[in-house]
Amino acid sequence: MAFSNPISDLFGKSPIKPLQEHMSLVVKCSSQLEAFFQAAIDSKWEQASDVFDKICEDENCADELKKQFRLNMPKNLFMPVSRSDLLSILAHQDCIANLSKDICGIVLGRQMEIPKSLQTDFLGYIKSTIQASEQALKAINELDELLETGFAGQEVKFVKKLIKELDAKEQKVDKKERKLRHNLFKIENDLPPIHVMFLYNIIDNIGEIADTAESVGNRLELLIAK
Amino acid sequence: MELFTEYGTLLIILAGMFGFFMAWGVGANDVANAMGTSVGSKALTIKQAILIAMVFEFAGAYLAGGEVTSTIRKGIVDSAIFAEKPDYLVFGMLSALLAAGTWLMIASIMGWPVSTTHSIVGAIVGFAAVGVSVDAVNWSKVSTIVASWVISPVLAGTISFALFRSVQRLILIHENPFERAKKYVPFYMFAVGWLMAMVTMLKGLKHVFKDIGIRFSFVETAMLAVLFGLLVAALGTYLLSKVKRDEKLEANDRFANVERVFAVLMIFTACSMAFAHGSNDVANAVGPLAAVVNVVSSGGNIAAKSSMPGWILLLGGAGIVVGLATYGFKVMGTIGRKITELTPSRGFAAELGAAATVVFASGTGLPISTTHTLVGAVLGVGMARGIGALNLRMVGAIFLSWVVTLPAGAALSILFFFFFKGVFT
Repeated sequence: MAFSNPISDLFGKSPIKPLQEHMSLVVKCSSQLEAFFQAAIDSKWEQASDVFDKICEDENCADELKKQFRLNMPKNLFMPVSRSDLLSILAHQDCIANLSKDICGIVLGRQMEIPKSLQTDFLGYIKSTIQASEQALKAINELDELLETGFAGQEVKFVKKLIKELDAKEQKVDKKERKLRHNLFKIENDLPPIHVMFLYNIIDNIGEIADTAESVGNRLELLIAK
Repeated sequence: MELFTEYGTLLIILAGMFGFFMAWGVGANDVANAMGTSVGSKALTIKQAILIAMVFEFAGAYLAGGEVTSTIRKGIVDSAIFAEKPDYLVFGMLSALLAAGTWLMIASIMGWPVSTTHSIVGAIVGFAAVGVSVDAVNWSKVSTIVASWVISPVLAGTISFALFRSVQRLILIHENPFERAKKYVPFYMFAVGWLMAMVTMLKGLKHVFKDIGIRFSFVETAMLAVLFGLLVAALGTYLLSKVKRDEKLEANDRFANVERVFAVLMIFTACSMAFAHGSNDVANAVGPLAAVVNVVSSGGNIAAKSSMPGWILLLGGAGIVVGLATYGFKVMGTIGRKITELTPSRGFAAELGAAATVVFASGTGLPISTTHTLVGAVLGVGMARGIGALNLRMVGAIFLSWVVTLPAGAALSILFFFFFKGVFT
C-alpha cells in the first residue's frame, strides 16, 4: 500500500545539512594542500602522490554530494532562502575542491620544484589560503543556527562578523600573493621559462581558492539579506 | 411509521456499525495527522501521543463537539422537507456514513490526502440533492461550510505566522534565548488553557450549566477561563523548572536547550490539538448516527426535540480509540519518522495556530478539515522563514482532493441511498 500522508509529505528535506556536508568535504580537499606542498618541497613525490589521491577521493565524494543536492532541489520546494542563491553557493563551494585538485595535478605531473628562496613564503601563502577556506566553512556551519532563529537577530550579527573576518583573511592572502609574485619576478630570468609560467599559474590558482572562499561568504550574506 | 417499528432496531444497529467504522477511520488516520507533528519533533513519544490523544480527543468530542454534530445531523439538510419522509433521512444518513467510509478507504489505499469532513459533507449533500430534491439541501449552510474550508487553513497560517514571529522577537533573536524561553513560554501555555476553557464553557457545558441552574455571563466565563489558563501556566512553569541547561548539548547545536523548553510547551499544544480535533472531527461519524437514532426513536417525528443519547458520543470516542490502537499508532510512527526536521519551537506554533482555528470552527458549528488546517498552519510558519523546506506539491494535491472528494462522496452516497430505499421499501 502506497503510504502518502499530507502532513509528512509536506515536509521536504532541508537543504542546509547537505550544503554544510559538501562544504566540509570541499574544505578538507583544500586543507590537504599544505601537506602536499610540504612533500613537494621536500621532493618526496610518492608522499605527494598519496596526498593527491586522497584529495581526488574527497573531490569525487563532493561531486556526488553536489549531484544529490541538485536532484533534491525541485522547483516547487518552498524554502526560507532562495533556491538560486543556494545553488550558487554550492557551485562556488565545488570550485574550491576542483581548484585544489587541479593545482596538485599540475605540480605532481610536472614534478615542479619550488625555488628555494620562495619556499617559506609559498608555504605561508598556502596556509593563509587554507585559513580563508576554513573561515568560509565556519560561516556556512552557522546556517542551521540561522534557520533556527528564522534569519534574524544576534545570530545574523554573528554571521556577518564571521564574513567580515573572512574578507580580512582573503585580503591577507592577496597581500601574500603580491609579495610572492614580486619575488618570483626578481628571479624569473634565472629559471626555465616554462617552469616560471607554471609557477605563476599555480600562484594564481591558489589565490583563486581564497577568492572563491570569499565569494561563498558573500553569497551567504545575500542569502541572509533576502 | 411502520418501517421504524418493524426495522427500527436493525436500522440503529446498522447506523451504529457504520458510525463506528467512520470513527475507526478517524482514529486510524486523522488523529495521527493531528498528533504527528508532536511525535516528529520528538516532544512526545508515540505512546505518550496516543495517551494524550485518547484523553483529549474524547474530552473535545464530549465537551465541545455538540455544535458540529448538530450541523452534520440537521444543518446541511432542510429538516422541513424531510418531515413527511423521515425514512429518506434515515436511509440517507446511513448511505452518507457508508459512502464516506468507503471513499476514505479507497483514498487511503490510493494514498490521496482526502479529508473525512469533505467526504461526509459531500455524501450528505449528494443523497439529499439527488435522492430527494435539490431543495432538500440547505445551500446557504453548505456554502458557508465550503467557504470555511478555504478560510480555515488561511486563518491557521496567519495565527501560526504571528506566533512564530512572536517567538522569534521575544526569544530567539536575543543573546540568552534559554532564559528568555523559560520566561515567556508560560504565556503561551496560558493561551492554550484559556482557549480550551473558553470554548468548553461557551459551547460544551452550556447545557450542563443550564440543567443545574447556573448561568454565567460572557465576562464571568472569560474570567473563569483566565483562572483555568493561569492554572495551566502554573503547571507548565513547574514542569519548566525541571528543565536545566545542559551545556554538553550546546556543543553541536547552540539552541538545543531552547528547544527542550519548547518541547515542554508542545505537550500542552498537543493536548489542545487533540481536543480541537475531537471537537470537530468526531462529529463526522457521530452526527449522521445521531440523526438516525433521533428519527427512529421518535417514530419518525423529525421536529421532536431530543437531546443526543450519551452512548452515541461514547461509541464515537470508542471508535477513535480502537482506530488509534489498531492502526493509528503505525501512521503516527511513519509521520514521526518523516518529519524529523520540525523542531518544537515551530511545531508548537503550527499546532497552536491550527488548534485555535479548529476550536473556533467547532464553536461556530462548522465542520472543517483538521489536517488541511494544520497544513495551512505549517505553511504559515514556513512563511516566517522557520522551516528548512516545504513541499508545495502537497498544496496542489489537497486542492485536487477537494475537487474529487465532493462528487465522489456524493456519487457513492446516491448509490447506497437507492440501494437502501430498494431493500427496505
